[in-house]
Amino acid sequence: MAKLSSWGNYPLIEAKEFYTHEFEPLSDYIQSTETFIPRGNGRSYGDSALNGKVASMLGFNRILNFDVVRGELTAEAGVLFSDLLEVLVPKGFFLPVTPGTKFITLGGAIASNVHGKNHHKEGAFSNFVLELGLMTAQGQYIICSPTNHSDIFRQTIGGMGLTGVILWVRFRLKKIQSSYIKQVNHKAKNLGELLSLFESCNSSTYSVAWIDCQKGGKDLGRSILILGEHADLDELETTDQRNFPLKSHSNKHVSVPFHFPSGMLNRWTVSIFNHLYFHKEFQSSRSFLAHYDPFFYPLDKILHWNRIYGKKGFLQYQFVIPFEAGAEGLELILQKISASGFASFLAVLKTFGPSTSLESDISFPQKGYTLALDFPVSSGIFELLDELDQLVLNFGGRVYLTKDARMSPETFQKMYPLGFPTQPKFSSLQSQRLKLHI
Amino acid sequence: MKTALILGSNSDVGIASAHRFAKEGFDIYLATRNVNQSQKNLANDLAIRYQISCETFQFDALDTEVHPQFVENLPLIPDVVISVFGVLGDQEQASRNFKEAARVVNTNFLGNVSILGLFAEKFEAIGSGSIICISSVAGERGRKSNYIYGSSKAALTCYLSGLRAELSSFGVHVATVIPGFIKTKMIGDMQTPAPLTALPEEVGEAVYKAFSKKKSVIYVRGIWWLIMLIIKLIPENIFKKLNF
Repeated sequence: MAKLSSWGNYPLIEAKEFYTHEFEPLSDYIQSTETFIPRGNGRSYGDSALNGKVASMLGFNRILNFDVVRGELTAEAGVLFSDLLEVLVPKGFFLPVTPGTKFITLGGAIASNVHGKNHHKEGAFSNFVLELGLMTAQGQYIICSPTNHSDIFRQTIGGMGLTGVILWVRFRLKKIQSSYIKQVNHKAKNLGELLSLFESCNSSTYSVAWIDCQKGGKDLGRSILILGEHADLDELETTDQRNFPLKSHSNKHVSVPFHFPSGMLNRWTVSIFNHLYFHKEFQSSRSFLAHYDPFFYPLDKILHWNRIYGKKGFLQYQFVIPFEAGAEGLELILQKISASGFASFLAVLKTFGPSTSLESDISFPQKGYTLALDFPVSSGIFELLDELDQLVLNFGGRVYLTKDARMSPETFQKMYPLGFPTQPKFSSLQSQRLKLHI
Repeated sequence: MKTALILGSNSDVGIASAHRFAKEGFDIYLATRNVNQSQKNLANDLAIRYQISCETFQFDALDTEVHPQFVENLPLIPDVVISVFGVLGDQEQASRNFKEAARVVNTNFLGNVSILGLFAEKFEAIGSGSIICISSVAGERGRKSNYIYGSSKAALTCYLSGLRAELSSFGVHVATVIPGFIKTKMIGDMQTPAPLTALPEEVGEAVYKAFSKKKSVIYVRGIWWLIMLIIKLIPENIFKKLNF
């Protein structure tokens, strides 16, 4: 037994982790263990990869096939996106969809059906999955695809690891000419300005906005909208870029060596940070070439950044509400947060395109605005989030399970009414809390 | 193109060493008792990641009779032979059950004597080559908790020292890599003190360093050299009463 938590450091539980890099012991473990959850690199935030027993998939980290002609990759579930990028980028390929960290596993990307800054244009990871290998509750190995075991294939993508153990995945890649991104930053004074910027820029491949949650009144929604496009060869600027157009990321980083004292991130320190961040941008818009690493993964440079929230940990809260509810809904929610006095360090707004028939009934993305917020665990925060749940529900939205550690089963059922047929063998603290196994 | 052979390639240290040498552009021969799907997947992975060629071979340290055939069947004589295989055994069983003790000693010591002897002969004949072998701090003094394993590693360390002396005049390099505790990837496993515990990747790095810097003996974590020096200096009368 050892202490185990995911990226939010909340909850922290006692767990027994099983590790192997071989198939036979894994199959034996599945058959002989009453209930457990497969786990990748622990980058989900809440309790979706936690259980008293977890099976680490990090030993299954092998790349099985890289078809540069068809632009397809097959790899085992435990491989990290950071490792894949080192192989893909020099050959002129990129991940079709990536979240804001490259330290996730491929299996985790499937289980969470991850989305990125391009969902409004290119959809979630589910749009690129061709087939996958799965070990079921009976320890049976099956290959599923849209034509083979199609129902379990669909329920696995975004299925939070509850359908079985994902062994490997074959998926389509994106072709790139360089590893650089043409980035444009736009300043928005308030929410209205931001939403109209989003609308006028919706042809951008990548878009994301950082919102200063401390601002209320006429400054509510003060933000920076960041847009990006992959740069072609003839768009590179420096000699270094032209000489090494397909350079992958470096592994240099700094680390937060210990947990900061709880309470260090409060409304005042966060205000100062946000003020500096916002005023770093002088002009109302600015364009430049950025490497993919700082563009997609700004926080990966700081290992263990989650420690700044202290030992008690933090809660991420990400929801999506339909565009129709957009301005009114976001305004109401931001006002509520600003008035509550709880400091959210990061507030990230993106847009989603429509969901598809290729993802599970508990997969998160649906057409609309999605906002992600961080809150240090402290008294009163759970009540605030319960209130936010109600607002999100009223606007016809839902909350992302990969970041959740506290939603009630009643709320969950209203947000994901189709439910989910699942076996108790694969269960997490989250799936038990949300009563997914009755 | 240079080639590295990993004996015991299904262990965490074997996998880490294979990655480290492949990263430097070595072609890799993976040798293990059971060439299963995960070994084949590892071979694919190394070839794709590092754009090298990688092959798998069946190798059983205990089956010394077929060792000469194993060496002859390799497509090429490798430039580096990395021996990381070994068994810990069950001390309680091994100290009272000769069969278990023999398994530990035959694997860790005689298995190496057999296979490394064959490569020593090849390397001596061509006047080049490197042998990197993993021994253990447990081989530096017999402790009651693991002296069967410890004595197999003591014999191995002694053998490697002699082999190094014999081969050095032929331009053949022999390195002894001595890890202390190695962290398995499993949390909640035996908890060993963090400053004394190396990750498999660190051992892989030490193996590569032993090769590239032509080291004779290398401790994976330097602190172990000091610890073992002190442990070796404890008088036997006191040592026998210590409970570790």
